[in-house]
Amino acid sequence: MPDQPSRLIAFLARHGRCQPQHRPWPRYQLEREDWVLLGHSLASNADWLLIGLWAEGGPPVARVHMALFDEEGGLPAIASLECPESSFPSVGWARPGAIRLERTIRDLHGLTPLDPVDDRPWLIHDPALPYRFLPVEGYNLHHIPVGPVHAGIIEPGHFRFTCAGETVVRLEERLGYVHKGIEQLLCGASLEQAARIVGRVSGDSAVAYALAFARAVEAATQTEAPPRAHHIRALMAELERIANHLGDIGAICNDAAFAFMHARCGELREDVLRTAEACFGHRLMMDCVVPGGVAADITEDKAARVSALVAKLHLQTKRLAKVYDQEASLQDRTVGTGALSSRLAHRFAAGGFIGRASSRTFDARVQPGYAPYDQMEFGVPMLTEGDVNARVLLRFHEIESSLSLIERLIASLPAGPVLCPLTATGAPTGAPTGNEEREGVALVEGFRGDVLVWLRLAADGKTVRRCHPRDPSWFQWPLLEAAINGNIVPDFPLCNKSFNCSYAGHDL
Amino acid sequence: MFRFLARAVLSRSLAEPPPPVLEEDVQALARRVTEVARDRLGRGLTIRAVDAGSCNGCELEIHALNNVYNDLERFGLHFTASPRHADVLLVTGPVTVNMREALERTWTATPDPKWVVAVGACGLDGGVFRGGTGVVGGIDAVIPVDLHIPGCPPSPTRLLQGLLALLEVVKA
Repeated sequence: MPDQPSRLIAFLARHGRCQPQHRPWPRYQLEREDWVLLGHSLASNADWLLIGLWAEGGPPVARVHMALFDEEGGLPAIASLECPESSFPSVGWARPGAIRLERTIRDLHGLTPLDPVDDRPWLIHDPALPYRFLPVEGYNLHHIPVGPVHAGIIEPGHFRFTCAGETVVRLEERLGYVHKGIEQLLCGASLEQAARIVGRVSGDSAVAYALAFARAVEAATQTEAPPRAHHIRALMAELERIANHLGDIGAICNDAAFAFMHARCGELREDVLRTAEACFGHRLMMDCVVPGGVAADITEDKAARVSALVAKLHLQTKRLAKVYDQEASLQDRTVGTGALSSRLAHRFAAGGFIGRASSRTFDARVQPGYAPYDQMEFGVPMLTEGDVNARVLLRFHEIESSLSLIERLIASLPAGPVLCPLTATGAPTGAPTGNEEREGVALVEGFRGDVLVWLRLAADGKTVRRCHPRDPSWFQWPLLEAAINGNIVPDFPLCNKSFNCSYAGHDL
Repeated sequence: MFRFLARAVLSRSLAEPPPPVLEEDVQALARRVTEVARDRLGRGLTIRAVDAGSCNGCELEIHALNNVYNDLERFGLHFTASPRHADVLLVTGPVTVNMREALERTWTATPDPKWVVAVGACGLDGGVFRGGTGVVGGIDAVIPVDLHIPGCPPSPTRLLQGLLALLEVVKA
């Protein structure tokens, strides 16, 4: 618990009832009028950030939860509202990042947001009802509809550009094409099944999701994973970050027709994946992080292999960063392109390299922080320009930072077991008494940003009642629409790749 | 930059020898290839990748086919942007309800003779997402499948084996 409660937590404590079965952040049950008051407080407190909004159940027994984070410090907190009338007061007007989440809640749970900013469906596509794209008016405008099947090897989604000549005056996204019903599949799943599913919400963030799920389960069951497991988890998470950043840098440069960088980054990325397979048994490290620890230990020769990889990457990424910096024709495409204002990044609580390239320093490894990062010193790079160039440079900086973290993680690898059993359900310390459901939440920094997993376990501690994985893309996709404004159509691939939002993670 | 290129010119190619083609893949494909198809296709195959609902893990490994180690294009295989230019649809994921029509239309837009390669555990029967409210099922629940490449996700090597088997059968 923090030394002193933040203003946010003080507000929630004053207006709601604390739910003791929820860990590690406090959760408060609010009455309807307090929920409305909270909406107004969000409007007047710019540093109370909305980091999640989801529902459980369906009419007549349903509930909505809002995860909030006070930038001034302290733990995040969750506000909950019972919805016996199948509706809840909308907060989209105060926090635009909530608009699509509210549309999703209506699609998936049948709960109606009252006075919503946008009342169209989102994840569920009804073939009988044509989607209402936003109206556009103006002289000599034309539409360019793109997708859901795109030209490259990427995920499906629909982009509707409204252009004046070459200039984009508006982009509207329509997502939901890869909606699979993951949250419904998780209801009633065993921990093993659920871990496999959550680890595949977004394949590129397999470690981040598995880690967030494991940490949420451990919080709910009051289990502390062994120190060695924390180190190995961080090792995997940093390898995942490096692999994805390398892929992104190459792909962004390739979209500016600089294939050289794509080829070189592709080589390094493959080196990372092969090392991951040799050390952890899976190229994308799927199913390697499990509740209670990690699935397999890392031997000394494997650790040496990771060290050799780090040495190669140190040298090569430094050289590539220099090449990137010296190519004027490449910079011509990236500098000033797709600029995102820090005001918007902050308003949407955009995490990851998107937020950090636009002056938002948030990094879940630092705040709220978790093991083993809380014991380590590391820099969180931040840039202010918010353009494609800044997002490329930031990735180079983060690779460097991750490489240094990996070196230190290997050097300080504690001895001991890597997996511990989850605490038995019988009377854990303090409340609850053992017969109640348990709730846990975790925020983990994936390569793309902060991944949130919230869950409720049955009293046996082995069955998932409800689990909500929230991808960082929820708060990044809407910003792509803002960043592309005023840019030319051929720069869209650069903007899109530099954002690299997840379709699968968003569509669930 | 130039020092970098000079170093690359002087060092050996990173492309690795192709993996052996699996007999089971050849068997699965052989029945579909007619003489007519062989004449039309010539020496190469053009692939259109379609994500019908995957978690994007398979896409990452399909991307890896193009890296310097696997260098897919040396085998006469390359990816195209339009299904109208494609011989092969490389389809990933369980087919979602929302992607069903797009997949059917992509398949219809691909000229005959064409092959469909389903990728990954989800492509077979929906994998871990089987039974989801938004999931139709495996790829063959929507379009006919000629070859299935297993794995979650399949490694680039395994993907390459499947595609080379296709090439071998077509050329034979």
